[in-house]
Amino acid sequence: MSKGAGNTRTGAAGPAASTTAGAVLEISGLTVGVRGEDGERPVVSDLSLTLARGETLCIAGESGSGKSMTALAIMQLLPQPAARISSGKIRLRDMHRGDIDLAVLDERRMRRIRGDRIAMIFQEPMTSLNPVLSIGRQLVESIEAHTDLSRAEARRRAIEALKAVRISEAESRLKQFPHELSGGMRQRVMIAMALALKPDVLIADEPTTALDVTVQGEVLELLRDLQREHGTSIILITHDMGVVAEMADRVVIMRHGRMVEEGTATDIFARPQADYTRELLAAVPRIGTGVGRQKSAEAEMRGSVAVVNDLHVRFDLRGGFFGRVNRRVHAVEGVSFSIAPHETLALVGESGCGKSTTAKALAGLVPYRGDIVIGGCNLAGLGRVERKAVRRDVQMIFQDPYASLDPRMRVGDLVAEPLLIHGIASKEERSQRVAALFERVGLSADQMELYPHEFSGGQRQRICIARALALRPKLIIADESVSALDVSVQARVLDLLKELQREFGIAYLFISHDMAVVENISDRVAVMYLGQIVEMGTRDQVFSNPRHPYTKRLIEAVPVPDPAKRRPRFARLDQEIPSPTRKIGEELPKLALRDVGNGHLVAVS
Amino acid sequence: MIAYLGRRVIQSVLILLGVSLITFALLYLLPADPVRQIAGRSATPATVENIRRQLGLDQPFVIQYWHYLTSLLSGDLGRSYIQRSEVTELIVSRLPASLLLMVGAILCELAIGLTMGLLAAVRRGTATDQTLMVASFVGVSAPQFVVGLLLLYVFAVRLGWFPIGGYGTWRHLVLPSLTMGILGAGWYARMMRSSMIDVLRQDYMRTARAKGLARGAIIFRHALPNAILPVIAMIGIDIGIFMGGIVVVESVFGWPGIGQLAWQAIQRVDIPIIMGVTLVSAFAIVLGNLLADTVAPFIDPRIKLR
Repeated sequence: MSKGAGNTRTGAAGPAASTTAGAVLEISGLTVGVRGEDGERPVVSDLSLTLARGETLCIAGESGSGKSMTALAIMQLLPQPAARISSGKIRLRDMHRGDIDLAVLDERRMRRIRGDRIAMIFQEPMTSLNPVLSIGRQLVESIEAHTDLSRAEARRRAIEALKAVRISEAESRLKQFPHELSGGMRQRVMIAMALALKPDVLIADEPTTALDVTVQGEVLELLRDLQREHGTSIILITHDMGVVAEMADRVVIMRHGRMVEEGTATDIFARPQADYTRELLAAVPRIGTGVGRQKSAEAEMRGSVAVVNDLHVRFDLRGGFFGRVNRRVHAVEGVSFSIAPHETLALVGESGCGKSTTAKALAGLVPYRGDIVIGGCNLAGLGRVERKAVRRDVQMIFQDPYASLDPRMRVGDLVAEPLLIHGIASKEERSQRVAALFERVGLSADQMELYPHEFSGGQRQRICIARALALRPKLIIADESVSALDVSVQARVLDLLKELQREFGIAYLFISHDMAVVENISDRVAVMYLGQIVEMGTRDQVFSNPRHPYTKRLIEAVPVPDPAKRRPRFARLDQEIPSPTRKIGEELPKLALRDVGNGHLVAVS
Repeated sequence: MIAYLGRRVIQSVLILLGVSLITFALLYLLPADPVRQIAGRSATPATVENIRRQLGLDQPFVIQYWHYLTSLLSGDLGRSYIQRSEVTELIVSRLPASLLLMVGAILCELAIGLTMGLLAAVRRGTATDQTLMVASFVGVSAPQFVVGLLLLYVFAVRLGWFPIGGYGTWRHLVLPSLTMGILGAGWYARMMRSSMIDVLRQDYMRTARAKGLARGAIIFRHALPNAILPVIAMIGIDIGIFMGGIVVVESVFGWPGIGQLAWQAIQRVDIPIIMGVTLVSAFAIVLGNLLADTVAPFIDPRIKLR
């Protein structure tokens, strides 16, 4: 690799930032070890890289690649006492005092570097701000920690910082608490806090992973603009190759704690050298590459597995002296759709749009109004026992494979449980069926005796799929089922889902915020916004010819994993998505769907 | 907020009503006969019946309870059978001493317990942590009369730093407060430690460190307010435990509070005093819980009272 790579800057981020050449941070031979039961195990091995002034260096890789550990090592924030830097140098260039080796710096001097010279923002804006301190207090204290400014001056700096991250009414925001702000706003506050002192280096660890795609666009653009203004060097850690393509000047690909490849963004994407990089790029879902798979006439003939008609789900909020219901969250407002066998209907939208609530109503997990017809039976008219029998046909796979399996049960028992609940098959038959299911989802039957923690995330999601399959359902609801997985694992799980569909003719209701994944798997797509469907049609209709402005924005906001197609500006959100909470009696305006041709439905207001 | 308080007050009144009914019923069903206690062993059956009628104890339960409730509304807790004075007066004259002891004990247990818990959490896994946790375990499991006598022996008898018993100066307050506080301190130390360890793991603690804040600011400004929340809810419940302890501790130290009053009354089946002390204690517990819940939103802005 090239040392002092300041002049290797390429890409479209503009020439302004690259006027000052030279490295600001130099890591050489960094090894980070984590102590475990069987001795110390390296999580970062012999890593060397250089960060030039004003450049954006992306460290990309899948979970367990050591990218976050590298960031924490730079800040000396490694989880104590288990992890430590076992060797290597982290040199921070200091024009006045010469270089400082952060790897061996004592805590007192390191504290002066943190926040002042190197700042960091984290993945979870919801939990990274202290819930009991006001935004103002948290901003002012980080300014005060490194300057001699008076309280009033620090406050003025805090307001400036909030304005810089485009937060309106900055002054009154200071009094607000984190829980009063949305995720995107909180992340902007984090950025304001990190950049208030104009650090040389900003480390952003998955800064947009927890955000909705339109908000992600906003935050990435903000980072790019601020970098252009201040000339800050950014280390951006991400698993999302789309984000890498949008942001990076240079890219480091990591795997199992080692650097696999390093190069300019253009080179990495256009001419990847390492096999792993090629695999990684191949696994990335891209919009516009979904295999054409039109709904067959046969599927049309067979009728519907599930029909949802005018579904409403509202949650009561209580208040007032007698604790009466005075407001309602209108989570789902008059949603209608149907799913045929062999078909995948994707429900897309951003957080709070009601897509998961729709799924829960369909699975019988929340009370609803309206009609849900499964296999020709309207659930509304059935008693408990009959309803249980119908529900067998609908199974669910959840987002978090870590939290959705009982840690104290053997995975074989977990998969057998649905059979047990519905009183199907004898004990031997059950274990035979479970063994067959394990084989089918790509696990081996002798793994049935193990516990969930002994599996990786992808394997656990396979166990969840096996469990969902146990009752041979007609419909599987997959709620963000691949969102928590690494891209390579994600691709394999998606393939498995498709295979199972071909084999058993299962219909999927596939819920996701990830437009590229949706494009990859779905036959039809319904876009939800504020509890209502704003657009619905075949995949090609929605993706090639989006008609509703919200759909357009959603598709445009997805970062394209190709630096050559980098957008000059991201889709901008005019305002925050409004709340679906309404006072009693106040109704949300109902959208009517109009057919614009061949069943492509678009909302007209 | 006001609606919330209104609702809570109504709930509290209902709770107190329930407590009064249950206590009254239990005392009614008691095999010990208060009239015999008052009349003495040599009294004739006629005298006994006479006293019974005077006290209204010959009336059916419902009538007795109704009379008690109606006079309660005017602040009248009845007359003591033995001491020949108003229960309200007796309790009012002794309440300040008990409240003082309670405040002293709460300060002790918070000061000792929270410090121990905080220190143990920050030094998690070290010898300090282990020593503190053993100490807290001893504090939790030691009976109060043993702790009281031990403290008396060491600090009053051997060292002579504090008086052996009685009431009056701050010196009198120290040993009884400590005795009461040590039990709670053990609980609080354990609670504070686990709460603090949980908070130290949170993402926002990493943010605070990443900002380059000093260690003191990180622990006291960022961690402590978050960690102390569950402990505050505990204080409300704690007052109930106090009421039990106060009977023992006031007897050991000769502290003239309602605990001693209750102790004497129980021995002599002085029903109006037992009723009165029970109601006052229940009131203190209800009030303590209400206060704890009302304070919480000032520490955690996410908590809304409604």
